[in-house]
Amino acid sequence: MTQQQINGQSTQQDLLVDVRNLKMYFPVRSGAIFQRKIADIKAVDDVSFTIRRGETLGLVGESGCGKTTTGRCILQLYRPTAGNVLFEGQELTRMKTSEVRRFRRNMQLIFQDPYSSLDPRQNCASIVGEPLVIHKMVKSKGEYRDRVAELLSVVGLNPSMGYRFPHEFSGGQRQRIGVARALAVNPRLIVCDEPVSALDVSIQAQVINLLEELQEQFNLTYLFIAHDLSVVRHISDRIAVMYLGHIMEISDRTELYENPLHPYTKALLSAVPIPDPVIEAQRERIILTGDVPSPLRPPSGCVFHTRCPIAIEECKGGVPPLRDMGNGHQVACIRV
Amino acid sequence: MPPLLDVKNLATYFYTPEGVVKAVDGVSYDLEEGETLGLVGESGCGKSVSALSVMGLIPWPPGRVVSGEILFQGEDLRKYDTQEMRKIRGKEISMVFQEPMTSLNPVLTIGRQLTETMELHLKLSKAAAAARAVEMLQKVGIPDAERRLTQYPHQFSGGMRQRVMIAMALSCDPKLLIADEPTTALDVTIQAQVLEVMQGLCREFGTALIIITHNLGVVARYADRVNVMYAGRIIERSSAREVYGNPHHPYTLGLLHSVPRLDEPRRTKLDPIEGQPPDLATLTGACAFLPRCRYAVEKCAEYPPLVSVGENHVAACWEWPKLGTKAMTKA
Repeated sequence: MTQQQINGQSTQQDLLVDVRNLKMYFPVRSGAIFQRKIADIKAVDDVSFTIRRGETLGLVGESGCGKTTTGRCILQLYRPTAGNVLFEGQELTRMKTSEVRRFRRNMQLIFQDPYSSLDPRQNCASIVGEPLVIHKMVKSKGEYRDRVAELLSVVGLNPSMGYRFPHEFSGGQRQRIGVARALAVNPRLIVCDEPVSALDVSIQAQVINLLEELQEQFNLTYLFIAHDLSVVRHISDRIAVMYLGHIMEISDRTELYENPLHPYTKALLSAVPIPDPVIEAQRERIILTGDVPSPLRPPSGCVFHTRCPIAIEECKGGVPPLRDMGNGHQVACIRV
Repeated sequence: MPPLLDVKNLATYFYTPEGVVKAVDGVSYDLEEGETLGLVGESGCGKSVSALSVMGLIPWPPGRVVSGEILFQGEDLRKYDTQEMRKIRGKEISMVFQEPMTSLNPVLTIGRQLTETMELHLKLSKAAAAARAVEMLQKVGIPDAERRLTQYPHQFSGGMRQRVMIAMALSCDPKLLIADEPTTALDVTIQAQVLEVMQGLCREFGTALIIITHNLGVVARYADRVNVMYAGRIIERSSAREVYGNPHHPYTLGLLHSVPRLDEPRRTKLDPIEGQPPDLATLTGACAFLPRCRYAVEKCAEYPPLVSVGENHVAACWEWPKLGTKAMTKA
């Protein structure tokens, strides 16, 4: 394989997910009876990227930038307004809901909040075992029991804990239950939506390590959605930076952190304090002014131009396309 | 001159049906005028409770400050009654809370909330208070301040609300500002803005600052000295450089190794602290970190005192001489 193929245009077999021009608009309605549509919230606006088999793609951005919506559009939990989502070449956006439901055994989701994402009235074993029943993946009660026990021990829980209810577990253990539930159907893709942000630092590391071990063991592909850039750097192979529904920059992990090109990426990286006072004292800080604009009325042209330190008049004109700067490093900025 | 704040042996317990929760159990620290102190630890380690104890805001029942002294400018705040405490709170010591949404009153305008404290503590006239409110909003970087005064909290974004909180907290020119997780609820770029504003103003006014957070990076960036808390006690204290560069407690060491760092190439694996933080209602006399500690020895059955491990550096660990060298080799 040439360098080009490794980094940029991977061959078709390597691609697990191919997202093309994805758009997700949520209508804003008004009026008591007719519920007229008065505007659109453009949560995701023309986003394209690919996820290769076995890799972890990190999706970072601040709240409201559309990263969670993108993840849910891939899983078809939201049916996109426009665009295509191809999973191993199969088009998901045109599938019927019943087909999607069956297809979802290939792709699972781990949620942010380990407290609200588990049914408090279901015990741990039945939470983990439910997908097995839904997708008819076990033939007998004995097989069911064995598989649940196996799943629990895979995520580092004692199978004897299966009779306990969610409130009897700590946050980290609950997140492990969530992971076991996602693993139950042997998925190929797991969308991890902020899986560690609700956890304490010392517990975060335990869950991150678990996710990495599982990826190796089961050859999983992750879409890792998070706002914590340090965590994303640690776990991802490639990273996409989102802002107001658009992808600003996609690149290889090391490249993005060592050589960020987009002004937003630079500001984002500089805003994260490093736990080392010596290094902190020497760092240059780029402090952005203002707030993230409302996705209801996004700025014209480049959506970042209202806060961008290097914006010029042309930035208000057209939406800058993602340009390839070599080695698969893509950036959407006309000033680079 | 005595330090601005000198907390000695503070203990705050909560009496719950499950038993006595020793949220803060013998904590001592001091703070000089104009200094920035970091209080770090994970959720439930008692960092917020120790700050609320200083403010006299522990709700009874179930909580109560059971022992210790809180010397503020040489006077013990624990001896003050409700009336006297009210004169201190907001005037001499003020606080910024984590949730800017819930700590502002939704049915009063920002202007009313800002001027209330100034009219009360500084005895300013309505007009003078309003003028100062505009000035404070400009100082925290809220554009169009005069119009904003007539608006309600819901018309502000999260970052803007936290700026209002800071303006309110600093409006009476307090000696001490306690910021309890001031930016945890905010986005990274907004977090940086708010922290810069807060530190800049504290420097300008000569206000001492206690930053309570679980974010090791924030403390590294802003604090002069750091107290690390675990299970209701301070387990290590020194200058920020010492604590990060030369930790002498296994918990501090573990925390530093368990966070992925932005400036480091990826290590193959993170090195987490195994197990869970302890239940504060069932603590024994042993070192609270013992069940999770890699360096535990028999002696750890007895709680280690804070001992000097270097210049202006204390740690509560029997095994600290071994740890100093380990930290060096690992970093």
